[in-house]
Amino acid sequence: MLRFIIRRLAQMVGVIGVLSLLVFIWLRMLPGGTVSAILGDRATPESRERLITALGLDEPLWVQYWRYLKRAATGNFGASTGVLPGRDAFDIFLTRFPATLELSIFAILIAIVFGVPLGYLAARRKASFFDNASVIVSLVGVAVPVFFLAFLLKYIFAVKLGWLPVSGRQSDINATRITGFFVLDGLLTREWDAAWDAFKHLILPAITLATIPFAVIFRITRASVLEVLDEDFVRTAESKGLTNQVIRTRHVLRNALLPVTTTIGLQVGGLLAGAVLTERVFSFGGIGEALALSFQNRDYAVLQVLILASAMIFVLVNLIVDILYAVIDPRVRTR
Amino acid sequence: MSESPKGSRMPGSRRKAKIDALAATAATVQDAGTVDEKPGVSLIASAWKRLRRDRIFLIGLVITAIFLFVAAFANLLAPNDPTIPMPELIEDLRRQTNPVPGPEPGFPLGADDRGRDLLSRLIVGSQQTLLVCVFATLFSLVGGLILGTLAGALGGWVDSLVMRFVDIMLSIPSLLLAFSVAALASKPSQWTVIIAISVAYLPVFARLLRGSMLAQRHSDHVLAARALGVKKAPIVFRHMLPNSLGPVIVQSTLVLATAVIDAAALSFLGLGNPDDRRPEWGQMLGDAQEYLSDYPHLAFYPAACIILVAFGFTLMGESLREALDPKTRR
Amino acid sequence: MKRTRLKTSAVLAATVSLGLAGCASSERDDATTGTASGAGTASSGGGGSASDTFTFGAAGAPEVFDPFYASDGETFRITRQMFQGLLGIKPGTADPEPELAESWEPSEDGLTWTFKLRQGVKFTDGEAFNAAAVCYNFERMFDQNEVAQAGPAEYWAYTMLGFKNGETESLYKSCEATDDATAVITLNRYTSDFPVLLTLDSFSMQSPKALKDGDANNVQKEGEGFKYPAYALAPVGTGPYKLEKYDEANKTITLVRNDDFWGEKAKTGKLVFKIIPDESTRRQELEAGSINAYDLPNPADWKGLEDGGNTVLVRPAFNILYMGLNPEKNEKLKDLRVRQAIYMALNREQLVQTQLPEGAKVATQFMPETVAGYNTSLAPMAYDVEKAKALLKEAGAEGMTLQFAYPSEVSRPYMPDPQKIHDALRADLEAIGVTVEVVTKPWNGGYLDGVDNGLFDAWLLGWTGDYNSANNFIGTFFASDTNDFHTGATDFGATLTKELNDANGVVDEAERTTAYEALNQKIMEEYLPGLPISHSPPALVVGKGVEGLVASPLTAEMFDTVTVSGS
Repeated sequence: MLRFIIRRLAQMVGVIGVLSLLVFIWLRMLPGGTVSAILGDRATPESRERLITALGLDEPLWVQYWRYLKRAATGNFGASTGVLPGRDAFDIFLTRFPATLELSIFAILIAIVFGVPLGYLAARRKASFFDNASVIVSLVGVAVPVFFLAFLLKYIFAVKLGWLPVSGRQSDINATRITGFFVLDGLLTREWDAAWDAFKHLILPAITLATIPFAVIFRITRASVLEVLDEDFVRTAESKGLTNQVIRTRHVLRNALLPVTTTIGLQVGGLLAGAVLTERVFSFGGIGEALALSFQNRDYAVLQVLILASAMIFVLVNLIVDILYAVIDPRVRTR
Repeated sequence: MSESPKGSRMPGSRRKAKIDALAATAATVQDAGTVDEKPGVSLIASAWKRLRRDRIFLIGLVITAIFLFVAAFANLLAPNDPTIPMPELIEDLRRQTNPVPGPEPGFPLGADDRGRDLLSRLIVGSQQTLLVCVFATLFSLVGGLILGTLAGALGGWVDSLVMRFVDIMLSIPSLLLAFSVAALASKPSQWTVIIAISVAYLPVFARLLRGSMLAQRHSDHVLAARALGVKKAPIVFRHMLPNSLGPVIVQSTLVLATAVIDAAALSFLGLGNPDDRRPEWGQMLGDAQEYLSDYPHLAFYPAACIILVAFGFTLMGESLREALDPKTRR
Repeated sequence: MKRTRLKTSAVLAATVSLGLAGCASSERDDATTGTASGAGTASSGGGGSASDTFTFGAAGAPEVFDPFYASDGETFRITRQMFQGLLGIKPGTADPEPELAESWEPSEDGLTWTFKLRQGVKFTDGEAFNAAAVCYNFERMFDQNEVAQAGPAEYWAYTMLGFKNGETESLYKSCEATDDATAVITLNRYTSDFPVLLTLDSFSMQSPKALKDGDANNVQKEGEGFKYPAYALAPVGTGPYKLEKYDEANKTITLVRNDDFWGEKAKTGKLVFKIIPDESTRRQELEAGSINAYDLPNPADWKGLEDGGNTVLVRPAFNILYMGLNPEKNEKLKDLRVRQAIYMALNREQLVQTQLPEGAKVATQFMPETVAGYNTSLAPMAYDVEKAKALLKEAGAEGMTLQFAYPSEVSRPYMPDPQKIHDALRADLEAIGVTVEVVTKPWNGGYLDGVDNGLFDAWLLGWTGDYNSANNFIGTFFASDTNDFHTGATDFGATLTKELNDANGVVDEAERTTAYEALNQKIMEEYLPGLPISHSPPALVVGKGVEGLVASPLTAEMFDTVTVSGS
């Protein structure tokens, strides 16, 4: 097991290394660039020239890349030029990552809390109206474009009903920050108002982000419950005359949850991509929003950090899922 | 394993393991014993038997058929030219007070924000939409096919190299991948949208194919063929590839659905096809974002079309997947 | 000296007590609603009560708070509330008015300027504002390191041209504090832009002590960006507000009233800027009452916003939208007849009517009418398809191909929707048989680059004036040898550059105005280096209960006069 983890970690380092080079070159191939983002529409050919020389953008790519690597090795990933000019790119990641993580956790919780029970119920009543209806709802949920869904949610619950805030992470209140997770901070400092306020800001974006994982978890729960219900040991249990209750909890649910658990893990990584659109429409200051912003402004430093970080997260989550899988399912371990 | 291969409009959620799980079904099917000469016949036949009775599949089929019909005869069905402003409509258009003229006799849905007939644009839009999703799927399929076949068939260092490359592609948030492809293009058009989307899905297909080919490399019929001295190429193309296509076909149906939605997302972020003389639903929806508050119908119609078509494809894909899944095939 | 100080402190006491009274009443209001609606809902609850906070929905994050290193509207909107320059801007106009300088006087040759300073002004760190402070500021701006010269000190580079240890000669020569209340600034060369350019936010006065302590000039290169000294995020000015905090995680900037402000104190105690990049989200925030205003609402939204009880404040159009032409890229454009034909083909009346908001005008020249030097006798080029075709034929450019670009994913004050404007113009060009090749790029993703590097035959761009000066318009466009219009490739380019610089050097105002009027006519009738399209009024929207916001043609609104009350 340990060797397996070490090998995977080594692979990860390799992947990230290659990725850093690819991203570096790719970004510089993109049309436009830092220079026009910094100078804006009053740029003159001379001022552009000056800036290009000053930033060393006229040097060969490999020189630039080598310099970048040397700096990165000391933990310095460069200064932002677009998202928050002058700020350290890695600091921007650190400030914004808790937002994305917080949002993702809430989204995945929503997906589980609704997906698993509904999937279970749908499977128990296969082909009933409830089953068909929930299958269709889950499929439609996936087919609705994110920004359209987000707009509708905001319009109904924030603008018309006024129950929830439209966007952002917290109202303008004096809240103490410790971890960067606003809800957690509120609870830790016993600023209940702040926690409640941050929580309310999370609801709509989390629902939006949860639609896809919800649909996936729902369908997998349903499918695997159906499968387990058909297994011999359940039939045996039934024939032994065990009560429904016992079968349900001890046999069906437990076995059915195995694939569900892994799917949940797998969905976590995918949330990052979903966050790009969700965070933008909810002005939720996470790394998803920063990705889109830094791309628009050709903020190389921030883009590089964010892409590498998200790739790293992706690989790590996959690794954890694989380990978990081995831990949960003894059959895998023997392979 | 009956895991869903279908994740989201954000293809990043399609993780490796899920893809591989789906890929594995191909091997199981094969090991259940199919005749080499007519690959997959029994599978397809049995699947079709089940599908005919499947109401969900039929609903999906009907929606898709209507979509194809409308797309095929769009020019005949559309009452007006969708590409130019209608004089009756542009007359009423004022950027500030009446940016989106409402319904008028002869124009049941009114105009878009440039005085063009909205109904005609929706009808003709089906063509472009079909084009985008079919070609995006096709390109990613072909790209994935090449990489996956290379990796799966040759194995060894080729496999490692190709798969690490695919892993790298998978590890970048897919939307960003699509962004950058769209941004790299010097002249954005529907083709950049198509290529952007197909690049985002390519690694999925590659992994899928490679997974099921690998599973077959050790299956009895391939071993048998090899023992009989059949050359490598024929084995790959006559035995391994056809038998790996099942999950790929399923995945394609699902990508068809998400491609439409992704096109809308690209448009929303300003990276879509800027030329809207030939309308496309995703583009129409993306362009309508600025009117969401006051003229929501402008977004609602294309959104409804997209949802319906994506829904149709998904229903078909899901039923297909279930039908092809040997575990539920009892 | 003593007397003035006494006087101000008396005034101070009076205003403080007034301010206190204001506070007391608003607190009372808060208290009543506070108990009714419960805690935590104060700012998300729709703004039914009088509020001591004005919340603005900003489209982007500010760069730095040191205005000297800033260059974008989002930053200046915030720093403007905290800083003042020697010259201010008369609310609602583009004209200068006394601010920290009470009066100014040029020498005969226009090279030496004597500023009489306002007395009794203090920076928010308690330092006194005086002539020494003014000179410290100018020396600080003049003396920039190489890194800052290349990018961050943009505005100085554009207007004053050179730095202390730079290659280009600066317009600025020296500053001398003759007494506490008198600063004398000497220039190397006369320019009509001085002293109006001192209204620029970048040239605001900052506390010398804070500048020194914060090592404010220490801009460093880091990677492909710049690293600013800590001072840039905690600057000290003399304005009606001062910075309280920048909550980066929550994307809000909070300013609080400067209670020691020398003038009339700000009406609201707190200014909050919430960064909301998505426009439809800004609108929803406004409708939900959680922000009080946002900038540049889409003209298509104006009606809906007003129907919802909000107020759309339309600014006077102090801008120009033009179609740039590059004769170097497309040889055919070197022929004046071709340029004229293209101009005649554009149905600008219809464009203005259908695609631009009310109040937009067809442009007759490269500057809006409020600028001194605007030529009132010029009529818009008449829309004439037949004549345009004939001219093209005459020039042998029938069926020519024109690569015509527009920026995607952007909305500018002069150009609310580039794509739609481009669309309409393209149709006009096609009507005279020009084949249009459509090019589009994201604003920062290749569009500005493309314009500067001369990649397009024709493109859409515009300009919002920085201050009221003809040179700020046509000088910016054509005075440099290497400009976006590539006039260097034409036979008139060098002449035009010289004429512009000559006009700019005329010290006598009346004479200069005449010179510019004549130049405008020449540009339109003889040169036509580009095609001025329109002037479009940008707007700003405020929610229910917001009063006292004066729209500025320079988009330089002050928020200290704003009150937010119950609806």
